[in-house]
Amino acid sequence: MATNTRIILICSGKGGVGKTTLTANLGIALAREGTKTVVLDADFGLRNLDLLLGLENRIIYTAQEVLEETCRLDQALVKHKQEPNLALLPAGNPRMLDWLKPDDMQRIVKMLENDFEYVLIDCPAGVEEGFKNAVSATKEAIVVTNPEVSAVRDADRVIGLLNTNGVKPVQLVLNRVRPKMIANQEMLSVEDVTDILALPLLGLVLEDEEVIVSTNRGEPLTLSNVNSPASICYSNIAKRLKGEDIPLIDPAKSGSSLKNKFMRLMQTKIF
Amino acid sequence: MTLLDIVKKLLGRQQSSALKARERLQLVLAHDRTDLSSDLLQKMRKEILEVVSKYVEIDLEEGAVSLETEDRMTALVANLPIKRSLPINETEGEVSKE
Ligand SMILES: Nc1ncnc2c1ncn2[C@@H]1O[C@H](COP(=O)(O)OP(=O)(O)OP(=O)(O)O)[C@@H](O)[C@H]1O
Ligand SMILES: [Mg+2]
Repeated sequence: MATNTRIILICSGKGGVGKTTLTANLGIALAREGTKTVVLDADFGLRNLDLLLGLENRIIYTAQEVLEETCRLDQALVKHKQEPNLALLPAGNPRMLDWLKPDDMQRIVKMLENDFEYVLIDCPAGVEEGFKNAVSATKEAIVVTNPEVSAVRDADRVIGLLNTNGVKPVQLVLNRVRPKMIANQEMLSVEDVTDILALPLLGLVLEDEEVIVSTNRGEPLTLSNVNSPASICYSNIAKRLKGEDIPLIDPAKSGSSLKNKFMRLMQTKIF
Repeated sequence: MTLLDIVKKLLGRQQSSALKARERLQLVLAHDRTDLSSDLLQKMRKEILEVVSKYVEIDLEEGAVSLETEDRMTALVANLPIKRSLPINETEGEVSKE
C-alpha cells in the first residue's frame, strides 16, 4: 500500500551534534500541531530518545520484539501522555546490532507507515551498518551539523552517501549557532555552511542552555509554552517541514546596536 | 574575504578563524569528494605539467594544479602562466622524441 507518510531520517555522521534532541523536539512540535507522528530510535547501540522524551520508564516492548513477532506493533509503541499524537518505538537490546539487516528496518517502517503521517528516524552516528540500515528504510533526510570543521566535513560525507542511495530531499539543520561568535568571525556563518554543503537550509538552532535543562527533565523544549531561543527554532523547523513559509532568523541581524551594525558592515563579502 | 579580513590584514593581525575554517574545509572536501590521494594528485600534476610544457613554455614556479569544489562539484583547476609558446618545429621535435 502506497501512503503519503513522510519518512525522514535524522542523521549527521559525527556524533553528539544534536540528532536525538532534534528528533524529540520535532516529534513533540509536530504532534502539537495535530500531526500523527512516530519517532523511531534507530540508535540501537546507544539508545537515548526514550530518555529525552521522558518515556524511559514506560517501555515494555521494543522494535526487537516486534521484529521477532513476540508482540504486536501497538504493544511496543509508547504513547506520549501530554501529546498523544506522538508515539515512540524504542530501540531494542544493543545485541540487535549483530543481526539487524536493512530488510528489518524496512519492515518496521512499513508497519509504522500505516498509522502515522510522519515517521522520524533517529540515526546513530557514523556511516557504518547502523547508518546503512536506517538509510535503506527512509525516503527523505535531515542532516544535522554544527558550525565546526569536523561536523561539517562528516556531514558532507553523509550527504554524499544519501545522494548515492537516492534519498530525496535532503535538508540541512545547523545546530548550536552562536550569533556573537559569528559576528566576530570566530565561527562559520550559516551562509558558509550552506555554501559549502550546497544543501537547502531547513533551519538553524541557536545554542541554548535550556536544551540541557529540558533533557534533565525529560521534557523537550517544544512541550512547554515558554519560548526559549532554541524552542522557537525547533517549532519553526517543524512548521517548515510541513510546508509553512516561516522566514529564517538571521543570527547576524540580532541586535541593532551601533556595534552590531558595525560588525555587520565588516562582514560584507569583498570577494 | 570580508571587510574585517582586509582590515585585519592591513593591521598585520591574524585572519579570522572563521575564514581559516572555510578555507580548510573547502580544501579537505575537494579531496574527500574525489577520493584522490595527495600522492595521486601529485603524480597527475607532474604529468599534466609535462604534457603542457611540450607545447608552451610555462612558469613552473608559479604553476598550480589543484582541486576546487563548489556546489558539490569538484573541478581540477590548472593555473599555468605561459611564458611563451614554443616555435612549431621545437614542439614537433619535443613530440616526436616520444
Ligand atoms: N542547541 C543546543 N544548545 C545547547 N546544547 C545542545 C543543543 N543541541 C544539543 N545540545 C547538547 O548536545 C549534546 C548532544 O546532543 P544529542 O544527544 O541530541 O546529539 P546526538 O547527535 O543525538 O548524539 P549521538 O551521536 O551520540 O546520538 C547534548 O548534551 C545536548 O544537550
Ligand atoms: Mg543520538
